[in-house]
Amino acid sequence: MEAASTAAAKGRAEAPSLRAARRRWGEDIIKALLVVAAFVSVLTTTGIVLSLLGETISFFGDVGVGEYFLGTDWTPLFEPASFGVLPLVLGTMLISAVAMVVAIPLGLAAAIYLSEYANPRVRKIIKPILELLAGVPTIVFGFFALTFFTPEVLRGLFGSDVAIFNGLSAGIIIGFLIVPTVASISEDSMSAVPQSLREGAFGLGAAKIQTSMRVVFPAALSGIVASIVLGFSRAVGETMVVVIAAGTQPQWGANLFKAMETMTAFIAATAKGDAATGSVAYKTIFAVGTTLFVITLVFNLISIRFVRKHRQVYE
Amino acid sequence: MSTRSEAIGKPSTSRRTKDTSFRVALLACVGISVLLLGVLLVDIVSDGAARLNLDFITSFSSISADQSGIQAALWGTIWIMGVCAIFIVPVGVATAIYLEEYADATRWYNRLIEVNIQNLAAVPSIVYGILGLAFLVRGPLSLGPVVLAGGLTLALLVLPVVIIAGREAIRAVPPSIREGSMALGATQWQTIWKQVLPAAIPGVATGVILALSRAIGETAPLIVVGAATFIAFNPDGLGADFTAMPIQIFDWISRPSNDVNDYRPLAAAGILLLMILLLAMNSVAIWLRNRYEQKW
Repeated sequence: MEAASTAAAKGRAEAPSLRAARRRWGEDIIKALLVVAAFVSVLTTTGIVLSLLGETISFFGDVGVGEYFLGTDWTPLFEPASFGVLPLVLGTMLISAVAMVVAIPLGLAAAIYLSEYANPRVRKIIKPILELLAGVPTIVFGFFALTFFTPEVLRGLFGSDVAIFNGLSAGIIIGFLIVPTVASISEDSMSAVPQSLREGAFGLGAAKIQTSMRVVFPAALSGIVASIVLGFSRAVGETMVVVIAAGTQPQWGANLFKAMETMTAFIAATAKGDAATGSVAYKTIFAVGTTLFVITLVFNLISIRFVRKHRQVYE
Repeated sequence: MSTRSEAIGKPSTSRRTKDTSFRVALLACVGISVLLLGVLLVDIVSDGAARLNLDFITSFSSISADQSGIQAALWGTIWIMGVCAIFIVPVGVATAIYLEEYADATRWYNRLIEVNIQNLAAVPSIVYGILGLAFLVRGPLSLGPVVLAGGLTLALLVLPVVIIAGREAIRAVPPSIREGSMALGATQWQTIWKQVLPAAIPGVATGVILALSRAIGETAPLIVVGAATFIAFNPDGLGADFTAMPIQIFDWISRPSNDVNDYRPLAAAGILLLMILLLAMNSVAIWLRNRYEQKW
């Protein structure tokens, strides 16, 4: 008993020891099993990194690093093969940029509305509808972009300059599907802004718009940035909408009315062709996959950092 | 809110117009998103409703669009969802229990697990497909593009969803329950198994359903894993080749349609069926949450 209480005093002085008097092996085994389960997620990351790296290194045995990162011609599956990844990166970034142009204003407006303006009854209706946008499988959005948004909306606005497969349609539709990501994280961080800040602003005679935009918005900024970064990362990683609506024709240019290929679309299209293990086509899947993984990883870590920062301020 | 603005006096008219127009602009933005969702649903129903009937569900895929159905894909989806559920329930719940009940959050390895799960939740789904291709389908395990490989790939993809929901459900069980149990002499595991988990089950179950409803619509990882697009039989085990609903839908979308064979209504009907399944799963989740939600 005494040994137990001194051990507790060393660890957490305020809490009484919950340790059993004798060692319980059953409890230890269960704990060990739980730890093993928790490490499945760590193993998943390790597996992703290992599977990507192995083939990527072997890819760079065949293709020069300079050619890959600086080349502007991506024709890995035809003769003469050329392995410049820049058109894929450009296509990915352009489509994601279009998506953010849609998602940032719509997402932030929804967040401000839900957090500052909507009464609880309206909130209860609008929130699930926005969540529904996030719950619809992305292949459905792809189908919608190809069969409705491009022919009915974009061609209606810009005429037949718009190709059947085009970056604009894919970008706009991806924008809509990340609205819930931007809205829900931003709203969480705005709701976490202490009521006293709002009361202070109102007390100084500020109107609601001023309170929302000049007090709550800046106070919630780190969460808002996190939501935008995470949204961008989702746009970069989105596959089905681009593969269906933007096509699989790499473009070294910025014509949004024409087909563009993204990194994800290339991976999907090439893997669908059932590349043989060890072939150059098989290795390109991994090289492009690594590029994609590293880009999204950087954005995810930035986003996680920003969320942390905002938690530290108000908790 | 209204009582507060009365207390500080009425703002000037110009300011009030500004405030109102801001409110209207915000509502308009929300309206655009809702409108898009509405148009999407109407478009899909009008394209696919006529094709969605019993024949569609009981027929196999065929070259002829008129005779095509989704049976093999439906059964493929049921099989991989089964594999997925069998994997994510124990692993997800065990991870959640470890992180909430055992882990000391100040230790570096526990923080590593947490950041890792947060990051995994945001890794593009196609990257999981690459993992499945390199480790499960080929490489070390060399299972081939079979039900087990597809199910496990999706399970790893949605595992973070279960863990995050499970942790929230466990955290919502008040400490007094644990203290009471331990004061009566229960061990830590007895407390978790007999008190904490039963109280957290509705939340955990909701998380599992949400995870499965994400997995059921995932297409990209299954494409990379190599799910077949043209299969005229139902899977008969974990080692069988398979196709799945989103894969079948994608195949129909990518086929060139002409006057003889129009695959677009097929794709829309497949999407409708998928959305009906999703709606059913989400309704169960909402029902569970409302029925068993406990206020402590």
